[in-house]
Amino acid sequence: MFKLLEPNKIFQITSKAPRYVLFLFVVVLTVGLTEALILSPEDYIQSDAVRIMYVHVPSAWISLGIFSSITLLSISGFIFKNKNFFLIAKSLASSGFVFNIIALVTGAIWGKPTWGTWWAWDARITSMLILVLFFALYLIAWRIYEKEEKVFKITTFITVIGIINVPIIKYSVDWWNTLHQPASINLLTKSSIHSSMLFPLLIMTAAFALFSLLIFLMKYNTELIKVKNKGLDRL
Amino acid sequence: MINELLFMNGYGTYVLSAFGFTLLSFSSLYFITKLQFAKEQNKFVAKFGSLDSEKANSAKSQRINKEILADATNN
Repeated sequence: MFKLLEPNKIFQITSKAPRYVLFLFVVVLTVGLTEALILSPEDYIQSDAVRIMYVHVPSAWISLGIFSSITLLSISGFIFKNKNFFLIAKSLASSGFVFNIIALVTGAIWGKPTWGTWWAWDARITSMLILVLFFALYLIAWRIYEKEEKVFKITTFITVIGIINVPIIKYSVDWWNTLHQPASINLLTKSSIHSSMLFPLLIMTAAFALFSLLIFLMKYNTELIKVKNKGLDRL
Repeated sequence: MINELLFMNGYGTYVLSAFGFTLLSFSSLYFITKLQFAKEQNKFVAKFGSLDSEKANSAKSQRINKEILADATNN
């Protein structure tokens, strides 16, 4: 099964895919921005400040999703002794890091008009800050260590420790008294968010997911060329 | 209409700066990634160009190398 994921075979697809993903991203983002900034209703308490949700929430979701994927890929890389899993994980990390920063910054901007403060050491915000530190450690480890075996071990260790923080982020609003409200969207039960707000939120999430796919493909292609550059040196 | 859209009941500064920061982060990440890709691709083309014909033929036997070169010439 993993032979299908061999770099030599998938480069043909991954090298051409970015232009189509970029086009799709621009289309979906345009629809999302129109919905989020113009068509969606204002909140009866937060008024127009609620529109920040359309960039804040998808960024947080995607950064959490990417960190979980990186952990899974790193562990799989170790179990199946497959270097490609590590390359995929590495290529995902930078967009996860940027989405995490976007979630923190837009959260601070949203906090000022709603809570009256840019920052609070609230459980959700603090755990998101810890996640960004894990992303940073992961990326720094790839830059510092040159020996493959060592970097694989260290990055996997960072993700395994960091993944403990993911359920803490998710359930922090239930476990502690925080400024954040409990989750409004639930996959198993009925969501408390109205469809007029849920629709733009999902469109923006799709746009952000496409953007992370675009960056992933570009990064992955760069990594494959790096590997091939080393191969040419050995000839 | 445009003033109303920008003012957003007094929250315009917050909303637009949040969206502006997001779009700025997106464009920065996109251009940095594109630059890194182009740099690595140029390095590959330069290395390939410096190979003698025997080594170049051996390298060309790998499909991915041909793809990288083709992609570099298309860009």
